Amino acid sequence: MGSEAETGIESPDGAANPIDTDYEIGQDNFQTQLGPFGLDVHNPVFLISGLSIVAFVFFTLAFQESVGPMFNDLRVWLTSSLDWFFLSVANVFVLLCLFLIVSPLGRVRLGGADAIPDYSYSGWFAMLFAAGMGIGLMFYGVSEPISHFSSSIGGTAIGENGMRTDWAPLGAAAGDPDAAFDLGMAATIFHWGLHPWAIYATVALALALFSFNKGLPLTMRSVFYPIFGERVWGWTGHIIDILAVFATLFGLATSLGFGAEQANAGLDFLFGIPVTDGSKVFLIIAITGVALISVLAGLDAGVKRLSEINMVLAAILLLFVVLVGPTMDIIKGFFTSLVAYVEYLPALSNPIGREDANFSQGWTSFYWAWWISWSPFVGMFIARVSRGRTVREFITCVLIIPSLVCVLWMTAFGGTAVHMVTEGVTAIAEAGLPIKLFTMLEQLPLHEITSFLGIVLVIVFFVTSSDSGSLVIDTITAGGKVDAPVPQRVFWCTFEGLVAIALLLGGGLGSLQAMAVSTGFPFAVILLLACYSIIQGLRSEPKSVGAGAQASDNKD
Amino acid sequence: MYQKMLVPVDLAHVDKLEKTIQTAVDLALHYKAEICFLGVGTNTPSEVAHTPKEFEQKLAEFAKDCRARFGVVAMASAHISHDPAIDLSKAIVAQADELSADLIVMATHVPGIADHVFASHGGYVASHSDLSVFLVR
Repeated sequence: MGSEAETGIESPDGAANPIDTDYEIGQDNFQTQLGPFGLDVHNPVFLISGLSIVAFVFFTLAFQESVGPMFNDLRVWLTSSLDWFFLSVANVFVLLCLFLIVSPLGRVRLGGADAIPDYSYSGWFAMLFAAGMGIGLMFYGVSEPISHFSSSIGGTAIGENGMRTDWAPLGAAAGDPDAAFDLGMAATIFHWGLHPWAIYATVALALALFSFNKGLPLTMRSVFYPIFGERVWGWTGHIIDILAVFATLFGLATSLGFGAEQANAGLDFLFGIPVTDGSKVFLIIAITGVALISVLAGLDAGVKRLSEINMVLAAILLLFVVLVGPTMDIIKGFFTSLVAYVEYLPALSNPIGREDANFSQGWTSFYWAWWISWSPFVGMFIARVSRGRTVREFITCVLIIPSLVCVLWMTAFGGTAVHMVTEGVTAIAEAGLPIKLFTMLEQLPLHEITSFLGIVLVIVFFVTSSDSGSLVIDTITAGGKVDAPVPQRVFWCTFEGLVAIALLLGGGLGSLQAMAVSTGFPFAVILLLACYSIIQGLRSEPKSVGAGAQASDNKD
Repeated sequence: MYQKMLVPVDLAHVDKLEKTIQTAVDLALHYKAEICFLGVGTNTPSEVAHTPKEFEQKLAEFAKDCRARFGVVAMASAHISHDPAIDLSKAIVAQADELSADLIVMATHVPGIADHVFASHGGYVASHSDLSVFLVR
């Protein structure tokens, strides 16, 4: 052997322009036998992220009174004084993505000009939805439109210090139900539409490009090669990767903890299962258990299949609400909400001179930080399953289609719920956040079945976030290897459940979630740099795409 | 008795394969059988190859090298898996059928406690393939 050593990096399928670096994937890895289990982990990244997570959990539990408020203050300070930054950054991502769809760079294919897509549209789409947003849609689909509608119709209110005390978006729509409805829907869709998906798409595209076309390991640091050069293999890169692991694990663990509380509230509402620490811990163990089975079954037989089941269930629920609910109103509402979204989009995304500070800082800026802190996880997972797509196809499917699905979902669930509230069903408005969906389903026929379907969906969406998250953390902490020994992914999946249980029982879910959201700030800076990397990377790809790629481009 | 022998190889650990290769070569020379080296690679860049195509080339190079060194008939078959840590064993069983091999010779480790929790690839292949399986420890 050895003759291939001079050949260097072979080109991917068809024309592409790999980066020539001396770094060998796995060269910093630490392979050992821990008891009966083999390990293959990235030397500083695995240990530092693992230990610092344990330390953070420990300090949060031990010094709750001082640490909790500190993290919360940090989060509030970031999202309120740097709101202009978060709003601007998110706008940059949307513009970048829209630009790439129309620019000639959109013809570059991930994995090389002749690469063939790894997954069918349905499997691919199911996975990107299940990892990134599904669970949020279940909880906020009904509640957020109602919140914005109520605050809009309530009009503006000025406090003693001259600041607005209401939470309405923009200038509100005092006393005008139709205008308030449009504004409420537009504001909700704004938080779930183009902007969050553009954040995910940017990260995912960057990772896919630098991994599949440039031949760098599938881990966050690779994206920054055009900026930092060989330094990404040193501490610059270690810090980026550790931060990604940190944000992902705390994001997942705190969502799992809160999710257990919410699922418990739903089960209590439906079946009278009491809300106790015991049942929440049981739920976390059950969700983690199913996630473990899923990661042990592998990406295709576990994660993908579960995501597909999930998508079918969600589609059934959506279809049911559309058909059994006010069908014509929903169809009409889909278009009016879409128009309202487009109409209010410039004002809502304006980063400076906002009068609705409560809304733009408390809602928008918080959401943007939250999506950005999730983006390493979701982006990396999307990247892994997107080989073989052209950039244009990729952005259409990760930005435009999910945004439209969100509009439909929000109209069907939120729009219907708002109509119910205005018609005098106060139960929905009064219900707590986790059971708003169920109180709304109760107004429709067959609610025993649909509510059960709803609770199953909530739980399965948690499982699909947890299993894909474990795979992502495992890959980052193995220095970009996707074939690291199986016990490692079992470790991360279990670890995440344990952190959730510790925080749930000891208190501190809120403060560590604030911490996780705060990582949105450093990532926002990092992702801005990634935009530059993407353009650089795409420009250096060969302009001419292969005959095969052109043929399939025409087919699309 | 045997015409085609499937020999799964991990190109990341060629140094640990010496004994397996020797066993396979001896059997091949004895039965005048053909060796087919199976490599299971990833779509993402790995320590072995940056792309599936490069992986294929390296495996072909490996087979060519064995042909030259041992004078056996050897070919290479690369299989790209989405999640090799899990799907490797299944891929070996399926590829053995697809390539119509009649014997599998593969390296495995001495069974330990962990094998009760995570089945070893060799153990899985031996219990799930219809073919004769020679596990080299």
